[in-house]
Amino acid sequence: MNNTNLITVIKDGRRQRRRRWIIVNALLVVIACILCVAMLMLGSTIYPVQDVIRSLMGESHNGVSFAVNTIRLPRMVAGLFAGLAFGIAGNTFQTMLRNPLANPDILGITAGSSVAALFCILILHTSNIAVSIASVVAGLITAVLIFIFSKGKTFSVGRLILVGIGMQAMLSALISYLLMVGAQEDIPTALRWLSGSLNGAQLPTLLPLIITVLLCAPIVIVLGKHLSILELGEQSATSLGLNTNMTRLLLILSSVFMIAIATSATGPIAFVAFLSGPIAKRLVGVGYSNVIPAGLVGVNLVLAADLIGQFAFEVRYPVGIITGLLGAPYLLYLLIRMNRKGSL
Amino acid sequence: MKLTHQFQTEEIVAGYDNKTILHGLNVDIPSNRINVIIGANACGKSTLLKTMARLIKPLSGKVILDGKSIDKIPPKQLARVLGILPQSPIVPEGISVTDLVGRGRYPHQSLFSGWTKKDYKAVAEAMEIMNITELANRNIDELSGGQRQRVWIAMALTQQTDILFLDEPTTFLDIAYQVEILDLLTDLNRKYGTTIVMVLHDINLSARYADHIFALRKGKLIAEGEPSKVITSKLVKEVFGLDCTVIADPISQSPLVIPKGRYHGHKDSNR
Amino acid sequence: MHLPKHFTKVLVISLVLLCICLLASLVLGSRLVILDDLIAGLFYPEIESYEASVVRERIPRTVFSLFCGAALGISGALMQSVTRNPIADPSILGVNTGAALFVVCGIAFLNISTAAQYIWLAIAGAMITAIFVYGIGSMGRAGATPLKLVLAGAATSAALSSLVSAIMLSRSYVMDQFRFWQVGSVGSANWSDILTFLPFLVIGIGLAIMSASALNALALGDEVAIGQGVRTGTLRIVAAFAGVILCGAATALAGPIAFVGLLATHVMRLLLGPDLRFVIPMSAISGAIILTISDVSGRLIGSPGELEAGVVTAFIGAPLLIVLAIKMKVRSL
Repeated sequence: MNNTNLITVIKDGRRQRRRRWIIVNALLVVIACILCVAMLMLGSTIYPVQDVIRSLMGESHNGVSFAVNTIRLPRMVAGLFAGLAFGIAGNTFQTMLRNPLANPDILGITAGSSVAALFCILILHTSNIAVSIASVVAGLITAVLIFIFSKGKTFSVGRLILVGIGMQAMLSALISYLLMVGAQEDIPTALRWLSGSLNGAQLPTLLPLIITVLLCAPIVIVLGKHLSILELGEQSATSLGLNTNMTRLLLILSSVFMIAIATSATGPIAFVAFLSGPIAKRLVGVGYSNVIPAGLVGVNLVLAADLIGQFAFEVRYPVGIITGLLGAPYLLYLLIRMNRKGSL
Repeated sequence: MKLTHQFQTEEIVAGYDNKTILHGLNVDIPSNRINVIIGANACGKSTLLKTMARLIKPLSGKVILDGKSIDKIPPKQLARVLGILPQSPIVPEGISVTDLVGRGRYPHQSLFSGWTKKDYKAVAEAMEIMNITELANRNIDELSGGQRQRVWIAMALTQQTDILFLDEPTTFLDIAYQVEILDLLTDLNRKYGTTIVMVLHDINLSARYADHIFALRKGKLIAEGEPSKVITSKLVKEVFGLDCTVIADPISQSPLVIPKGRYHGHKDSNR
Repeated sequence: MHLPKHFTKVLVISLVLLCICLLASLVLGSRLVILDDLIAGLFYPEIESYEASVVRERIPRTVFSLFCGAALGISGALMQSVTRNPIADPSILGVNTGAALFVVCGIAFLNISTAAQYIWLAIAGAMITAIFVYGIGSMGRAGATPLKLVLAGAATSAALSSLVSAIMLSRSYVMDQFRFWQVGSVGSANWSDILTFLPFLVIGIGLAIMSASALNALALGDEVAIGQGVRTGTLRIVAAFAGVILCGAATALAGPIAFVGLLATHVMRLLLGPDLRFVIPMSAISGAIILTISDVSGRLIGSPGELEAGVVTAFIGAPLLIVLAIKMKVRSL
């Protein structure tokens, strides 16, 4: 094979990967749009698309606009942005730490946010803004503590995971305690929140989530290139001239912000942060930035799970229960596969 | 032809935690040569290599490239001059050969730039040098140890650095692959003038392939220079604690270390 | 038998501490009881002062917390030696969640509500989960490394708890029962609970002590153990069985109490060295002490209400896990 031939081969490979990437993303966007529309159309009464569009444009008639604009639209927006946030942030952690199991759910970052939010809901009865702020602060503190503790002599992802699980245990004890001391009438709300739910979302309270995602997601997307270098390991990344500490800090900060704000808005929707990355990688293959597809997969997961939770059963289940039930088997499957391969 | 660089360390002290491994080392790396660092286990050879390649920050002292301390040089700019192949690099799961090799172009690209002709050429060239063009579309997971090592070196090559550090590039490889890798590295040095600095375990292969040898003992440099001058039975005793005879390698005339041991050849030595 | 260096000292101090805990548990709480009342409550059933009845109410709780702590301590020691893994503990391995899931299913679908029924379900749940987690964790080349086991435990836990919430959310009566159970407390124990618990405790401890010296051989690796004539398969089954029934029974009655096993065993290992013939029985004592102290301090900290023992132990134990993780060599993860 001569030089020009080889260059064609390399180019073709890149072109193929890029084509696949574009197709997958386009498909994901289309599905997400369909799900969004479905979220607006479906409910106790089903409205046709025209009515939905009309009420979104501001025309009000027959109570359509109340159902669509006040109940279904915020729910859809909450799902959309929470999905993006969980998907992108989860993928960032997984790629950076080179381990699909090292995601905010298992490391206890979500639990940190949950504790703060629950404390505000159950004990302080504070406003939504306070809940957001508290959960961001708690999420960041948890993340910082985990990283400090796992620094040790040499940084190791294994140690990070163990420390995270320890934190997780402590925080879940706190959650149990908060659920014990909470007033009886607040408990169902708290539990519903804890399992992750889009219920009762309102546009004004979603504002922090929307702003955070619009700010942080682009940062992570732009840094996606660095992320693919970081994936090669600390030593190779340094050798390639990447400022690893700075990159890592930026990525972690944006991700934790997104996770914490999304958690405060919808509760910890189980496994979305964990599932999105690996599913996206399956779809687009290795070699192209996984950030955007992961975010889109997150959106689709949350919206689809919410629709299933609302309409598939006699009882309405919050979205987190559905993602939890879907994600758990996958988690175990992944674990088994990793163990078999000896990649742990 | 690669550029000539002045590369030296100045009184570097390095180590982990409270344990100092290097005690004030001064090393001057001859440019455009193959340099090999030898020494017994835990003598600090790998630490020295990593410190020079800025994977470890020295506790005190400086690593100097062309008169400038390397921590003062912007990382990407530095990455265009010196690259390192770590001892056990990490492979992202399912990555293809060209993709991995291509990642070596990172220091030559900006955040938003796509791939240019130069990038493609560099990848193709590196793959040709390392003789892995046939593997272009394969997955790294499917490759043998020797093939993988060539892919990794190819990645370091696409970085197109003038100086290349390698931390035991031949460990875990069969003897045939060891020779093959060292031959390829020699090609690289002879053809392009790349300065190579590596740690090798095998003293005989070191003696054969090196232009310049650094012998370390307990974090101190005790000898350096051409293999034929440096590698003597006295030095081997001092560095490795091994009684040996040094003869001339029948093929390359470089020194060949023959260990004595306690069981063989006593009659001969008595004679 | 060659005694560890400080064995007598450790034994005496532990026993003294145990007595102090016992007294403290009877005396301390949101209502402090003075000595006269304590004696009246204990030895003169005919005296009916309020304080005396407080003491009498605290007796089953105290006894139960001692038993439960002993069970968890031994269970931790057994799991650590069977898996040859310093951070094995029923809570870390997800065994508690397994027990929880079965209990919730029992409450939701089988209408059960008594301790005797809980116990069998919890043990079954614990056992199935333990086998499952160990199975996943020991796949692959290096066998059951700490990291793999812990991850398998955490993953299984996460999976099971989403099932638990799915069952619970649509049934508020289950939620009410379950939320008091899941926090992990010894406060509501009564004599019939203790009687239900006792046979499991006795069997579990018996099996544990019987397998201790064989476990010593296992600590040196399977090959060595087989070389010394230990039937490793049988030994693992017996020891794991004992560990599971101990923690399953304790969990059924008290709810998931985390980290007692981890703490108890590590304290004793630190004091006595690695000989399991001493570490295993002494872990029972240290476990009892730890759980009782947690219970008492929970009562004091949470006064006038109480902070459940499960919360307290998690707060003492999780830092230990973190410290162990920090100290561990990267290679042995």
